[in-house]
Amino acid sequence: MNAPVSPATIDTTQAEPLVQVRDLHVRFVSRDATVHAVNGVDFDLAGGEVLCILGESGSGKSVTLRALMQLNPPRRTVLTGSIRVAGHDMLSASERALSDIRGRTVSMIFQEPMTSLDPVFTVGTQITETILRHEQIGRDAAQARAIELLELVQIPSARQRLQAYPHELSGGLRQRVMIAIALVCRPKLLLADEPTTALDATVQIQILLLLRSLQQQLGMGMVFVTHDLGVAAEIADRVAIMYAGRFVEQGPVEALMQAPLHPYAQGLLGATVHGGMRGQRLVTIEGAPPDLESLPQGCAFAPRCPCSVPACVAAVPGWRRPVPGRTVRCVRVSDAA
Amino acid sequence: MSQNSAVEAGLAVVTRAEPAAVPGYWAGVQRRLWRDKTTMLCGTILLAMALAIAFAGAIAPHDPYHGSILHRLKPIGTPHFPLGTDELGRDMLTRLLYGGRLSWFLGITPVAVATVIGASLGVTAGFAGGMLNTAIMRMTDVFYAFPSVLLAVAISGALGAGVFNAILSLTIVFIPPVIRVAESVTTGVRNLDYVESARASGAGTGRIVYVQVLPNVLGPIFVYSTSLVGVSMIVAAGLSFLGLGTTPPLAEWGLMLNTLRPAIYLQPMVTVLPGFCIFLTSFCFNMVSDGLRAAMDVRR
Amino acid sequence: MIAYILRRVLYAVPIALSVSLVCFMLVHIAPGDPIAAIVPPNTPPEVVAHIRQEYGLDRPLPVQFGMWLGQVMQGNLGTSIATGRPVWSDLSVAIHNTLVLALAASLIGFLFGCLLGGVAGAFRGSWIDRGSAGVAAVGISIPNYWLGMGLVIVFSVMLNWLPAMGAGADGATGWDRDHLLHIILPAVTLSIIPMGITARTVRGMVIEVLGQDFITLLRGKGMRRFGVFWHVAKNTAPNALAVMGLQLGYLMGGSILVETVFSWPGTGLLLNNAIFQRDIPVLQGTILVLSMFFVTLNLLVDLAQALLDPRVSRR
Repeated sequence: MNAPVSPATIDTTQAEPLVQVRDLHVRFVSRDATVHAVNGVDFDLAGGEVLCILGESGSGKSVTLRALMQLNPPRRTVLTGSIRVAGHDMLSASERALSDIRGRTVSMIFQEPMTSLDPVFTVGTQITETILRHEQIGRDAAQARAIELLELVQIPSARQRLQAYPHELSGGLRQRVMIAIALVCRPKLLLADEPTTALDATVQIQILLLLRSLQQQLGMGMVFVTHDLGVAAEIADRVAIMYAGRFVEQGPVEALMQAPLHPYAQGLLGATVHGGMRGQRLVTIEGAPPDLESLPQGCAFAPRCPCSVPACVAAVPGWRRPVPGRTVRCVRVSDAA
Repeated sequence: MSQNSAVEAGLAVVTRAEPAAVPGYWAGVQRRLWRDKTTMLCGTILLAMALAIAFAGAIAPHDPYHGSILHRLKPIGTPHFPLGTDELGRDMLTRLLYGGRLSWFLGITPVAVATVIGASLGVTAGFAGGMLNTAIMRMTDVFYAFPSVLLAVAISGALGAGVFNAILSLTIVFIPPVIRVAESVTTGVRNLDYVESARASGAGTGRIVYVQVLPNVLGPIFVYSTSLVGVSMIVAAGLSFLGLGTTPPLAEWGLMLNTLRPAIYLQPMVTVLPGFCIFLTSFCFNMVSDGLRAAMDVRR
Repeated sequence: MIAYILRRVLYAVPIALSVSLVCFMLVHIAPGDPIAAIVPPNTPPEVVAHIRQEYGLDRPLPVQFGMWLGQVMQGNLGTSIATGRPVWSDLSVAIHNTLVLALAASLIGFLFGCLLGGVAGAFRGSWIDRGSAGVAAVGISIPNYWLGMGLVIVFSVMLNWLPAMGAGADGATGWDRDHLLHIILPAVTLSIIPMGITARTVRGMVIEVLGQDFITLLRGKGMRRFGVFWHVAKNTAPNALAVMGLQLGYLMGGSILVETVFSWPGTGLLLNNAIFQRDIPVLQGTILVLSMFFVTLNLLVDLAQALLDPRVSRR
């Protein structure tokens, strides 16, 4: 695991962080059941910083990410708490205001490039329509910008590629197109929902490196969702580990990965398989994640935790700060003196 | 196979990605059906109609074939003739009740026979693949090249009027669509993972068909067939309307529309009744079919 | 792409041939002797045999088929047994009339169908959706001949606004007011079923497209309602057009019932009379032409789909 390059563009003199989330709860309500997908998430993101949200499937990480742009299905979703992105209050903004913000101030890239691009429009059209939506420039200028972006994301023969349809491109190229669409209006914040999961291993690394270099080049904040520890190590400044809809630990990537404090984080990192482990028994976390329709009271991890105490089940553990910059939701961790 | 048929078949049924043998699936279907008020209402109406028609002998106030010219074309609400009388003085209510028997028979029988034949051919084609599939589907394509009403009229016209001929021509008309749907669904199921895994664990072809394929295929085929009953009834009545289906003095809704047509100017309301019965039956069958399909669609 | 077009056109040829075979066979499965139906009962057998020979009905079936097909390819559809006129002369007039009616009905049906279906799909679950779905359900469940009768009762008998029968004064064609008035009721009647089917189909497609991932990306990059609508329209267009094309075919072939109600002088009425007069050449000719029309329509629709959807030509 490589040590990440420290971001040189954090603006610590900013009055308000780029992203500020307080006590976010997200429920999906349907006739059959209510799913509590996110249960109390708080975090800040400074401009130019990269936060990685790590968690298994079903932990609520994608839902959290989409909540930042209010992209969850409007009819079934109930959100409480507060989300501020680049000074905008996302929960109270009208749909029209939101549509102005999306694509221009905040952008998102998705996991599946094949299904996320419209199959009956050319790649070029899908980029230019984004520009034309947000900026008052002519068609030719938009076209030129599109070519610029394709070159920025390192797609060869950019001019010809404009006329290509999504199904004519490889997975890696499609993902680059999606990144181009997201960056075309120079957003301040980029949200990435497992953008490399669906790609081949070799292509994964290329895309990751591309994202990192673009992030530094453009000075964007980035929230990156993944279940892959290696990816997090490669690209993040800070990591937040998510379990059953809550952040259970947050901190700088290197420190957290070398010495996780929350039992779940410890289990997660201990369960990684690598080459030097031949002959050793595999470490696993006993049990399974809880059912999000009926969450247990108190700490959601307690039923599986090897060192739980009665206090764990009594109430949801609050944030403890053992070290400045690191927070943990565990009763066994004590605050810094 | 043309694109259009794929579109129609795809829209007609939904193939599930999980086997129907999952416990709780049929319970879930039942639960969803129970909650669907529209479907329940239409199902109840159909049940009521079926009962009324079955017990026509007990309920009907008069004889369906006996009429008096003195009482012809009486309006609705006449004492003794609650729904009026037809052009030969026969009681409308009685004619409608008895007519329902023949109309429902003409609606259901062709669809039932076509389903049995069409499903067998379609499932075979879908499961066997290769040359057999091509042969069956190309033959189906030829019949699909005719608009259904035209084909029914042409066959009936060739064979002549009569209930049996009408059923025969309608059955022929409905077999190709059922084959199409059955083949499409079977092909979809055959390629799914759980069939592959059954094959991998050594199950023989017969067992695969019986346990894995059939339960998942019969559902969508049945749902599609229920949507055909309404069409069958309308086309059958249409044939009678043209003089090609049932012949006088039989009571049948379509035939009644035909014979009452000249009376439009004298007693419009009475002429509307048989058509309304056809419409109500067709509508309820379509609603129930929709409800069944929605209840069986796990994707939602 | 060219390969696909060629393949598709070539495929239509055996279909067309098989269809003509079925047309031919249809009239020959009829019970009873067609000649006996038109000659007086006591005609001496030699005269009957002579007439039979004139119409070529004494040769073996495959030969008859060959002869008939040969004539058809040259444009000769035979002579009507009932009227003695060439089949084509009456048929061409009838086709023109039915085409007028079918096109009018299609326009009405597709317009309202797309509107209803699109709105229902976009506002899924709301009362708008339920309302238009209800209208569409009624549309496909209604026997159109009954609806025709109902409309005649209301608009001709009771209100006396519109004519009940025919296509206008003899020879009335084109755009004069009388003709147009006569078209209204039958066209509206005929349009109900295609409207219902189109509405249901379009609704289903719109819902399916709206559930796809790229819609989320469109929202995510800030596209407004109209922008998303444009994407949805272009995605549903190929399949929607396919269904609408098929409906036009059904209208041409299935207009017989409505034409009977309104005495509209089209192919339906022609067919009706031919059946009862057992006028075989007219029957054969009409069914053949109508089915060929349908086959051609299917072909055109497939080709149009291939042009609109960039993924299709790959198959």
